[in-house]
Amino acid sequence: MKEHQAGWLFVAPALLLVGLFFVLPVVVGLALSLTDFDIYGIGDLTTVRFVAFANYSQLAGNPLFWQALKNTAVFVLLGGILSILLALASALALASRLTVWPSFFRTVYFAPVVMTLVAAAVVFRYLYHPDFGLLNRVLGLFGVSPVFWLGDPRYALLAIILLATWKNFGANMVVLLAGLGTIPESLYEAAKLDGASAVRIFWHVTLPGLRPTLLFVSLTTVIGYFQLFAEPYVMTGGGGPNNATLSLVLHMYKEGFRWWNLGYAAAVAVVLTLIIAAASTVLWLVQRKKA
Amino acid sequence: MRSAWLAVALLAAACTGKEDPSVLTFWALGREGEAVGPILQEFERENPGVRVRLQQIPFTAAHEKLLTAIVGRSTPDVAQVGNTWIPELAALKVLEPLDPWLPRFPVLSSKNFFPGIWETNVVEGVVWGIPWYVDTRVLFYRQDLLAAAGFIAPPKTWESWRKAMRALKQKGLCPFAIYLPTDEWAQLVILAMQQGATLVSPKAEPKFSEASFTQALEFYLGLFHEGLAPVLGNAQVGNYYQRFADGWYAMYITGPWNLGEFRRRMPPSVSWSTAPLPAPQENAYPGVSLAGGSSLVVFRRSSKKELAVRLLAYLSQPPVQRRFFQETGDLPSQLAAWEYPELHQDPQAQAFWQQLHRVRPLPLLPESERLMQRLWEVVESGIRGQASAQQVAQQMDQEASWMLEKRRWLLARRKP
Repeated sequence: MKEHQAGWLFVAPALLLVGLFFVLPVVVGLALSLTDFDIYGIGDLTTVRFVAFANYSQLAGNPLFWQALKNTAVFVLLGGILSILLALASALALASRLTVWPSFFRTVYFAPVVMTLVAAAVVFRYLYHPDFGLLNRVLGLFGVSPVFWLGDPRYALLAIILLATWKNFGANMVVLLAGLGTIPESLYEAAKLDGASAVRIFWHVTLPGLRPTLLFVSLTTVIGYFQLFAEPYVMTGGGGPNNATLSLVLHMYKEGFRWWNLGYAAAVAVVLTLIIAAASTVLWLVQRKKA
Repeated sequence: MRSAWLAVALLAAACTGKEDPSVLTFWALGREGEAVGPILQEFERENPGVRVRLQQIPFTAAHEKLLTAIVGRSTPDVAQVGNTWIPELAALKVLEPLDPWLPRFPVLSSKNFFPGIWETNVVEGVVWGIPWYVDTRVLFYRQDLLAAAGFIAPPKTWESWRKAMRALKQKGLCPFAIYLPTDEWAQLVILAMQQGATLVSPKAEPKFSEASFTQALEFYLGLFHEGLAPVLGNAQVGNYYQRFADGWYAMYITGPWNLGEFRRRMPPSVSWSTAPLPAPQENAYPGVSLAGGSSLVVFRRSSKKELAVRLLAYLSQPPVQRRFFQETGDLPSQLAAWEYPELHQDPQAQAFWQQLHRVRPLPLLPESERLMQRLWEVVESGIRGQASAQQVAQQMDQEASWMLEKRRWLLARRKP
């Protein structure tokens, strides 16, 4: 009994902090999403109403929300696959004995992760510039007419995906490199003795060995990419052109802090949390089954 | 929630600490914030012992900063605000009603200002701000191209306007007659106001399906569908000054901030001018335009309101406004300041003078800016031919209706 009490006493500070800074905000956010707290509410608290699930039904009928959801899904799917593939490719290349200066390239590929996004955005805005941009210059060599990367609704999201991929693949690469290191050398030697080709070695030794690492990498990538915000915020001035780069978090931010519909914004946050939870669970179940 | 605010408020109080009774805090935005500094020194000289602490805030961050200050209860004494923000600030109940102060300062009398601009500061019968400088939109046009198309004078009616645009295009004088950025709402809203559209009724019901709005919308969409206007926004068009100089388009509906820019950027070979906007019918000329600009407001929490209003009166004096105009190019709000030769004898500024007597504000609601922001997004599908004018209007009505739901509830609650 005494031991039991002492145990609670020891975890009490941690529980208190968790309660104050994790549980309470979530509960407040949930409660907020059931009210119509807005600009009038800030001026006069008595105008705040309990509206039950009205924010959620409004959200379901709001074309902007669906646009943001679609953009975010495309970003997660395309950007996620692209950055994991790129991370995997670069990790394999760096782990191979043929690569010269592996630590130099590891640093170079990881550098964008540490870089401030705003600084990177400035550079990318030049790269994407329709008249003077390097990207259009290079495409021009192949006879492609200038693309208005950030101003054209058809290409703006792709431009954001390329930036995010470039910015983030290094982190995944480092994790995958560590994962590659855990695969026992003896397995490769055995496969080689059996006369397996490079492709078969990759498919039957490397990939199964990397599975837990890949699960971790894809989970963190999906969770992170669903929260897309800073890239469109700095690159396209808040989701333009014509909302082609509006993400869910950006939609929430604009509703909450530009128009001060805090109740509605809280509802978007709750929905986003549920979506991320669902997507991660599915991903986890699928990959765990394979493993 | 309330306790969190209390904590923030306490923190803010702790930060401000003791308040010096002779120091006035003044938040000014962007370029104006830079230019007003030396002018304030004059005010300090006229009021010995008084200091004005000027804080410059970039225009893009101003709205958020102001609202954060309001929630944190650390508002300044005086601030420059875009006059479209006034209904919002009035709803937040943070501004000092100025009516009781006005009789003490004759320069602040409403009859010294453009009536349409003054109106933007009056919400539900209460004066919340004083116009500082004024904005509206007029027609910028290429005199040489229009003359080549057979039009010596700028168009006065929609019909002759469209005729001129068609002539410009048919005679091959320019690929497009007019530039109407697809990511701006002002041009369409101006056309609708000219038809008498109110956009939102006094009972906070959206009125986008009314004939006055849809007629303007059809005229507007027609300009794109006929190929008279390019389907491009500011985000895509790049340097529109260069394109105007190149004769890529011949007309543009824009404001006084572009007067200086056009003068600086147009080569001498290009002859251009400004004119008040055309009207749907000849007898309504000039057509209505939007009332814009910045106002000066006093915050309710200020402990130095008398001094604050004195600063408003100082900045409204015609000689001070003249100096401010010379520094910034911002058009003065005081009618008397327009008698100085640099404005009176400038034909391009005179178009603004004429137009400023025919301006109307957006609906004086906190929701207006959000409505307008959504308007151009919805209208874009009409421009691209994916929706008819009727469909655009209906969708706008539907979305505006839920944006205004709270407003309707507040109005209904107020009655009994």
